[in-house]
Amino acid sequence: MALNTGVFSWRRGWQALLGPRLDWWLLGGLLILAGVGLATLYSAGGGNMSLVEGQAARFMLGLGLLWLISRISPQQLRDWTPWLYAGSTFLLVVVIVLGEGRGADRWLNLGIMRFQPSELLKLTMPMMVAWYLHSRRLPPGWKDIAVVGGLIAIPSGLIAEQPDLGTATLVAGAGAFALFLSGMAWWRIGLLGGAAAAAIPLGWHFMHEYQRDRVRTLLNPEADPLGNGWHIIQSKIAVGSGGVFGKGFEHGTQSRLDFLPEHTTDFIFAVYSEEFGLIGVIAVLLLYVFIIGRCLWIAMQARDTYSRLLAGAIGMSFFVYVFVNGGMVAGMLPVVGVPMPLISYGGTSAVSLLTGFGILMTIHASFKRRG
Amino acid sequence: MFQRRALAGFALIVLGLCGLVARYVYLQVDQHDEYTLRSQQNRIKQRALPPGRGLIYDREGNLLADNVPAFRLEVVPEQVHDLKATLAALGAVVPLSDDDLDNFRKQLRLNRRFDSIPLKMQLNEDEIDRFAVNQWRFPGVEVVPYQIRRYPMGDLYAHVVGYVNRINERDLGQLDPAMYKGTTHVGRTGIERAYEAQLHGTPGYDLVEVNADGKVQRVLEHHPATAGRNLYLSIDTRIQRAAVAAFAGRPGAAVAIDPRNGQVLAMVSVPSYNPNLFINGISTAAYRELTTAPNKPLVNRAIQGVYQPGSTVKPLLGLGGLEMGLRRPQDTVLSTGEFFIPGQSRAYRDDVRGGVGVVNLMQAIEKSVNTYFYKLALDMGIDRLSQFMGSFGFGKPTGVDLYGELGGVLPSREWKRQHFRQPWFPGETVIAGIGQGYWGVTPIQLSHAFATLANHGVAYAPRLADATEAPGGGGREDLVNPPLGPSLITRNSNWQAIDTGMEMVIYGHGTGHGLGDGFPYRIAGKSGTAERFSRTTDAYDTNRNKAYLAARHRAWFVAYTPADQPRIVVAALLEAGAWGGSDAGPIVRKIFDAWLAEQKAAPEGAPPPTMAQPAPATTQARNP
Repeated sequence: MALNTGVFSWRRGWQALLGPRLDWWLLGGLLILAGVGLATLYSAGGGNMSLVEGQAARFMLGLGLLWLISRISPQQLRDWTPWLYAGSTFLLVVVIVLGEGRGADRWLNLGIMRFQPSELLKLTMPMMVAWYLHSRRLPPGWKDIAVVGGLIAIPSGLIAEQPDLGTATLVAGAGAFALFLSGMAWWRIGLLGGAAAAAIPLGWHFMHEYQRDRVRTLLNPEADPLGNGWHIIQSKIAVGSGGVFGKGFEHGTQSRLDFLPEHTTDFIFAVYSEEFGLIGVIAVLLLYVFIIGRCLWIAMQARDTYSRLLAGAIGMSFFVYVFVNGGMVAGMLPVVGVPMPLISYGGTSAVSLLTGFGILMTIHASFKRRG
Repeated sequence: MFQRRALAGFALIVLGLCGLVARYVYLQVDQHDEYTLRSQQNRIKQRALPPGRGLIYDREGNLLADNVPAFRLEVVPEQVHDLKATLAALGAVVPLSDDDLDNFRKQLRLNRRFDSIPLKMQLNEDEIDRFAVNQWRFPGVEVVPYQIRRYPMGDLYAHVVGYVNRINERDLGQLDPAMYKGTTHVGRTGIERAYEAQLHGTPGYDLVEVNADGKVQRVLEHHPATAGRNLYLSIDTRIQRAAVAAFAGRPGAAVAIDPRNGQVLAMVSVPSYNPNLFINGISTAAYRELTTAPNKPLVNRAIQGVYQPGSTVKPLLGLGGLEMGLRRPQDTVLSTGEFFIPGQSRAYRDDVRGGVGVVNLMQAIEKSVNTYFYKLALDMGIDRLSQFMGSFGFGKPTGVDLYGELGGVLPSREWKRQHFRQPWFPGETVIAGIGQGYWGVTPIQLSHAFATLANHGVAYAPRLADATEAPGGGGREDLVNPPLGPSLITRNSNWQAIDTGMEMVIYGHGTGHGLGDGFPYRIAGKSGTAERFSRTTDAYDTNRNKAYLAARHRAWFVAYTPADQPRIVVAALLEAGAWGGSDAGPIVRKIFDAWLAEQKAAPEGAPPPTMAQPAPATTQARNP
């Protein structure tokens, strides 16, 4: 690393603090996205500044954690992985025993704040799969695949039991992506995929009734226009009436007139689509593609298997958020509690997402420093 | 290998997002026209109609809380071009205080800009007229009718009825949004808080057609709200007024209970405050004045003031001695003025130097002889003492239907271990026997404990609310209050002994001497005088003037009447009184007098005093 010995010594300090550790392309993408998120929230909340300030505070906390994580070397993270995984899984059990929350037992009260242990699994899950696979011979055989399957199934099952199908999907997805990236043979993927498809009727059997209702409603929302169908119908009206160019910032009528429920949280993307139209949707999806692409690029540059699998899996699980939420808003997927990353208001997801990008930063730094 | 996998993954992701885009193209291009139409048809909304809050009455139907129509000024920020200039110009038409503006700015941040936000509550007629003339200058500003809570009795019931005030951010997390749609106020203290569920009611709604700006075009359907249920309290306003008057402004509290059912007949805490000030957010200056006032008007001393009970515990402790078989009523003790724990040199004193000689239980209650109870407490031991006194409700809230009641302190080994991490000493048992040491009781606890005694051991939780009634009257439903358990007293002779001792307090040579003069029913009572500080010098014995003692003492008096079939129990506390009997006693008597007047005026089911009862003149003659 070439040190600048010029007159601006503060600049050197600034660089030492941030420079080599942070990937400015990735950070820039995230900041633009956060900006879009705050603007949409301002409009969706009808100019309610306390919402915007609350969200900005979450972003600051998330960026602080991102920076903190970027200070820890990937080797260090790798050594801690089994403990982090075991610890977060243990917290899941604790939450089942003595958790509290509205309707679903997901929250753990820490006195100063409440948080969902399942958020932790979004990171510790891909870490654990990457940790397990990094010392194995790749591509993995059936035995390793089975072990990884178990590592994924236990926490995901606990989360699905809470019941929080959205988070369970995200956690399982993150682990599965690490397995996918390890080079698991296509025929094996095909075989498992086929088996999973065959098991769908079985899964239906284990679903909660409200989850089944959501699937039924998705298939035919008009059948239940006052209950579950209401979200989907109103969301589709918001998206569809937006057209190609949208109704303009702060001119979406659906959320203004209170027709769109959850218009600052899970359905905020409907407000965005209504106000910015198809062009806006494509623009923000391109931004997501850029961020995911950058993550995969960092993964490809990384030197060791653990870093590669982890960076790739985190990037790819970002896609799951976008796809599930975007699909839900457009009436393509059932209503599950998955936020649009960095755009939806509230929850701990903004914080945990940014924390995850801290891992990408440190992986980026590790090859930057040596390279 | 990994590179290829990562690229394959990226390709799959792009493919997936292309699928997503295809879906958006389908909705936003192919079906755009249809959804635009549907969005334009989306014009029917629900408009919430908040329910009227239930009214609160005393036992005779006097209004304690009602709703009156009022008008407020509301602003839709989005429809105002220049908010600052508008507010300034408005201020010239309708005076706006700093508090109004502060509240408005707070609400402005919490609401959407197309929501209507209240700017000034309770406009007077003059203000409404002036605004009406100028309304054309202020687009987006409107006068809106609403209902406001009013407490016609003012400070008389501030500690009982409490007050409502504006729903704040913290409430939003706890209230059911469906039930509170359109509601601006919620019960904050007292009965208003405890019976929020009954008083609130169920909101209704109008189905209205709105235009693209959300303005109502016409009402399609009307579903009226159901007002909350009215509440009848067991409190009697005349007794309540007499009780407040009896304190003459001196800080303290009194609670009157009907021992036969736990109904609270009066509950006062002096000083009080005007609850009407709190309804729309009290001004900062007025609030500071109330919170910093040295005699703390906001504290409900009746349920939140914790004081040492002093000698008032003696009748109950004496009952414990009888119930446990440690004493018979006629067993005597010699009072020499000083009591020693065997083998220890510390002296525990009697109030009279040199002692009062040989006394039995009744005389010990009459003359409040410390030595008798020192010895009894020591024989009983702290564990049995706290177990027995606990059964009369000490050390835990009585469960009165008010929010914020404190439980006080019942001395016990466990309590001391928890708070001081120290073992119990026998000397602490001795002073616990005269209601000192760790003891802490609230006026309602003492009243409740003696109500339980007066009712021959059958306890009822104190209750303020007696019945609810459907809005508009009718459908009265009594609130049930079953006894808390079987009688705590096993033998009637035990009760008789305690009652005799307590009657001797009034009619013998006790501290309540003269309190029964001119009263047609027999009264049984007990005084208590607790020291606020421990005696560290001889000043106490040399300066025995009234003002000096009043500054050091808290004065209690608790009594019930008629002694043979008690129908009212009163506990009164003066925060600064020289002696329980002479200072708190007359307060109790005045409350009894008001109660008696009520018995004559409105018999209320219970038999009125019959003519066979001695007339006041003969009663006086009978008293010593």
